[in-house]
Amino acid sequence: MGVPRFWREIPARYNLIGSKCETCGAFYFPPRRFCPECRRQGKMAPYQFKGTGEVVTYTTIYTPGDSWIGGKPYVLAIVKLDEGPHLTTQVICDPAEVKIGMRVKKVFRKIGEDGDKGMIHYGTKFVPA
Amino acid sequence: MRDVAIIGVGCTKFGEMWERSFRDIVVEAGAQAIGDAKLNGEEIEAMYVGNMSGGQFVSQEHIGSLIADFTGLASTFHIPATRVEAACASGGLALRNAIIAVASGYHDVVVAAGVEKMTDVETGVTVDALASAADREWEGFMGATFPALYAMVARLHMHRYGTTRDQLAQVAVKNHHNAVNNPRAQFRNEITLDTVKNATMVSDPFTLFDCSPITDGAAAVIVAPAEDAKKYTDSPVYVLGSGQATDTISLHNRADFCTFGASVAAGQRAYEMAHVTPNDIDLCEVHDCFTIAEILAIEDLGFFKKGQGGPATLAGETAIGGKIPINTSGGLKACGHPVGATGIKQAVECVEQLRGTAGKRQVDGAKIAMTHNVGGTGGTAVCHIFSNERRK
Ligand SMILES: [Zn+2]
Repeated sequence: MGVPRFWREIPARYNLIGSKCETCGAFYFPPRRFCPECRRQGKMAPYQFKGTGEVVTYTTIYTPGDSWIGGKPYVLAIVKLDEGPHLTTQVICDPAEVKIGMRVKKVFRKIGEDGDKGMIHYGTKFVPA
Repeated sequence: MRDVAIIGVGCTKFGEMWERSFRDIVVEAGAQAIGDAKLNGEEIEAMYVGNMSGGQFVSQEHIGSLIADFTGLASTFHIPATRVEAACASGGLALRNAIIAVASGYHDVVVAAGVEKMTDVETGVTVDALASAADREWEGFMGATFPALYAMVARLHMHRYGTTRDQLAQVAVKNHHNAVNNPRAQFRNEITLDTVKNATMVSDPFTLFDCSPITDGAAAVIVAPAEDAKKYTDSPVYVLGSGQATDTISLHNRADFCTFGASVAAGQRAYEMAHVTPNDIDLCEVHDCFTIAEILAIEDLGFFKKGQGGPATLAGETAIGGKIPINTSGGLKACGHPVGATGIKQAVECVEQLRGTAGKRQVDGAKIAMTHNVGGTGGTAVCHIFSNERRK
């Protein structure tokens, strides 16, 4: 991933900042310019999520792509944040430990890197709460 | 709007074709289709080519010009050739565009092709390229692979509806069984539930045998106005319905992870246009990129109630001879999944079934067949309904 592309996403990735529609009250992550419910009548404002939620579903990945530099296997999950929206994230735990409905909280972690000389990517992962 | 018919089909062998090039396989499929329709080639007015990732798999973009060139239709006829991309639904969408072009009256004889050459790069590169069918910035970046996203769907489906590991595995067992009788299929061997369950783990609960393979292949069909179809062939297959729909590109933004809203909508649009219901369908080629995908598809298309897809599969209701034969070709699982070609290959299988030329895979008395082609984890869905009888 190029530097400008990653840099653009830093506020959302580092701080879990998404959007709140001030017209209908819905929360979105990642940030959106349009509320799919209200469209032109929607009024989107940045919103920092508390970073707590629960595992909706999960898998343990044994065969990542070539660009993956982390250890394996690793646990990937869809987490429902307490404010409502869902996101795809890693859960740092023993694969035997993760369960549907498990409470989790955000942590700041290294996600990946662009080879030996490229930039290092950081972002949000989750751990059992 | 004019009714449209398929007047010729062609399809290469699917598999690892290391000795053959991207352009070579798609030209072979096109030449077969032209021969099948008894055309010379100069009748062709336009071309739509479904291709997902020429850029990532073979470092080739500008697919329209390339294919028109090597089918001999560029330098002399300068026909319009358009590449169509919607991830693994690229082929189905190319066909839909060809149908729309003929239905509108803009063109008469049009080719829809699909092609992918996936084995020229190493597996890890393929995994990354396929992950680009999901949301790269918010799924792929977090380490999500294509199997992982479908595995999370499977996990929730099992949790919510009691779908079992054996029910998932039976999708692969049945599709391998069907592929034994398909000379084009990549895998023509029977497998058992234990073969699936004991294979190398890819992304829990999926093993290698829950996943469609990495495949090279190409397919082509030729469409023409229904009123002219008998000029070209004694066995035209008529397009009764076509539906396309989208949903969020990321799985996590869906209202429900156990149904693909795009499949439901594309299916309903095709049923409405064809004036048929799921009960009228004699066979369906669905997008079984992973075992759970076939179970979702047969539920989303209305063949079975939500949660009943797994038990129905294990009970043999989707086998040839069952209530609704699914993936008589062997599906993506056993016939192979050259991503951009899949949607066209599904149509080729339906045409052969409706002509009664599917050999040992033949569904007795098949009159109406359906295809269901999905891009990514349900971000795009394209359905078509075909018949060997013209619309009244
Ligand atoms: Zn709103």
